[in-house]
Amino acid sequence: MDPINKTELENHLPEKWTMIIKPKRSIFSVNLNELWQYRDLIFLFVKRDFVSKFKQTILGPLWFIIQPLLTTIMFTIVFGNIAGIPTDGIPKMLFYLSGIVGWTYFATCLNDTSQTFVKNAAIFGKVYFPRLALPVSVVISNLVSFVIQFIFLLCFMLYFYLAGSSVNPNINVLLIPVLVIIIAGLGLGFGIIISSLTTKYRDLTHLVTFGVSLWMYATPIIYPLSEIPEKYKIFVLANPMTPIVETFKSALLGVGEVNYLQLLYSFGFTVFVLCVGVIIFNKVEKTFMDTV
Amino acid sequence: MSNTIIKLEDISKQYRLGVVGTGTLSHDLNRWFAKIRRKEDPTLKIGASNVLDTVDGQYVWALKDINLDVGEGEVLGIIGKNGAGKSTLLKLLSRVTGPTTGTIKINGRIASLLEVGTGFHPELTGKENIYLNGAILGMTKKEISSKFDEIVDFSGVKKFVNTPVKRYSSGMYVRLAFAVAAHLEPETLIVDEVLAVGDAEFQKKAIGKMKSVSKSGRTVLFVSHNLTAVEQLCTRGVLMQNGTIIMDGKVHDITTAYKKMSVDENELKRSGARQIEFLDYNLTDENDKVTDEIYLGDSFIVNANIKANENIDNTDLSLDIRNDANEFISHVTNADDLFELKNINKGEKVSVSVKVKNLSLAPGTYYISLWLGNMYGTFDYIENCLRFSIRQGEKFILRPYPFDKRSKTVLQSKWNFR
Repeated sequence: MDPINKTELENHLPEKWTMIIKPKRSIFSVNLNELWQYRDLIFLFVKRDFVSKFKQTILGPLWFIIQPLLTTIMFTIVFGNIAGIPTDGIPKMLFYLSGIVGWTYFATCLNDTSQTFVKNAAIFGKVYFPRLALPVSVVISNLVSFVIQFIFLLCFMLYFYLAGSSVNPNINVLLIPVLVIIIAGLGLGFGIIISSLTTKYRDLTHLVTFGVSLWMYATPIIYPLSEIPEKYKIFVLANPMTPIVETFKSALLGVGEVNYLQLLYSFGFTVFVLCVGVIIFNKVEKTFMDTV
Repeated sequence: MSNTIIKLEDISKQYRLGVVGTGTLSHDLNRWFAKIRRKEDPTLKIGASNVLDTVDGQYVWALKDINLDVGEGEVLGIIGKNGAGKSTLLKLLSRVTGPTTGTIKINGRIASLLEVGTGFHPELTGKENIYLNGAILGMTKKEISSKFDEIVDFSGVKKFVNTPVKRYSSGMYVRLAFAVAAHLEPETLIVDEVLAVGDAEFQKKAIGKMKSVSKSGRTVLFVSHNLTAVEQLCTRGVLMQNGTIIMDGKVHDITTAYKKMSVDENELKRSGARQIEFLDYNLTDENDKVTDEIYLGDSFIVNANIKANENIDNTDLSLDIRNDANEFISHVTNADDLFELKNINKGEKVSVSVKVKNLSLAPGTYYISLWLGNMYGTFDYIENCLRFSIRQGEKFILRPYPFDKRSKTVLQSKWNFR
């Protein structure tokens, strides 16, 4: 074979490329594999968040505990003692703290991830890495503070138990890891949907912090589910956070009932929000630099 | 022929101008409501036509139909003016944003250094930032650990590696950032304007590092306004203008073309108080024909009409000659010929011509600046306002092949046997 024909033959061989960038990408082509390759980055982001949060503070990680503690004291005075909202016979401080710990994790996940694009525009504008790494790292670093607060809650429970109050942790405690995953997923899902939309509409950033604090009142944090009038119950139950907070409290404190069907609803809701979020996020991440 | 590692096929990138997204939800809803009522868009400025119905006029093409193949191990310099599309091209390659049309095919990992220090966190220490920045650029923790000492040595901030980077001087900051990026091992490295920072010694080190990177068989795409650095590093060049590639070839040809382009398009720099000024000027050959090509050994004539705006006792007129690298080559002034320009009255016009004989400048392109002034100051100075090129010809030297490009001047020689 003469050399000219040989090169021609080579030219017709299929070309092998590591990566092909095209303008349009299928909406379902979410590259989770790539996210896994960047796991080191995710953990370094977590470390960065943690370290930078408490540099040059005197109390350092103690703030993780001070925040829910002060909120609990506030709630005990305002809602417990002044307004006189009952707490299903559980010590008031324990009732509020258990709700606050779970809710705080959700709220921080949502608030922090919702600013992914706007806050990190500078870094996103210069270098590529899977954008999802940032919101995921936020959820993980908030998990660290959740764990610390959870341990604090356990100490609180031990104190009240020794003081003779009715604290009855039960077998449903085993559900807590599942609850944490649902909380994280729900926060992340809503957060990345909002962050994707804020690339175009900045209005949402104002709405989020405000919306989340309103949302708390639609969740049985400061009142037990049993106290809600029948006509409002449906609205509170439609809130995917309700079954989670209820299960959480009932597992640890032994009041109320665990409704598995409602829990399944929360789980389904979370999966849905998370899928929608990842799809929108994936679509926006490619060209958001042009609109931010 | 080396393997193609990056292939751009008909790449275009379109940006929308501001009118499409108004930025707030309320404005967009407002506009949408206006649209369904077939009213005029309320968010448009008064006087602007309603662009919602028209297709053109609201888009800009930052890149248009770019086709480019980059071979393995090639060091490609991309030059062009601000807004030519260089950075957009690099952004597409580094996947910061996506193309509007076309396909980019890439083999191997690409790491970009669009700006050093991406993701550095001021509160973190040097060490923590090395890990974080390395991971952002695509390295795994293990890779960074294995290179950690090398990175620290290269940056020269060993003593401060456990200090938060917010306490670093800007030089240290940049050195550390560059050190991390330089120790990446991607198949392709994208570098944009990094060499503009750091002191001379560090720049030398950085260029050395990039040379060794390219020698190790990796591909480098380099965007810079520092033409010397581009010439030193790159083997091939691409010249961009208005979103298209207008020239692709050897790096020296590209930089020359770019310099030429800059002079042609720049407005003339003119300074002086204009007590007396140039009205017009031209450059001709010996036969008074306007030209910009002179053969070696020939002469050129510069004619200038000047006009006094005040009474002038005494002025000098001189020509600065520079080459295409803006190096000062020679200077010609009226005193060389004991010629005097004295006692010019207000409003008077004078025509002067100066003949420069027996040109022995090395073949190449030259620029003349015209100056009027005296020992007390400048009356009128016009920079690089005339251009001519010297052709080798056969009058001055007879060698039948091109003269050595490194030369600045040509010496005439006479050869004999003795």
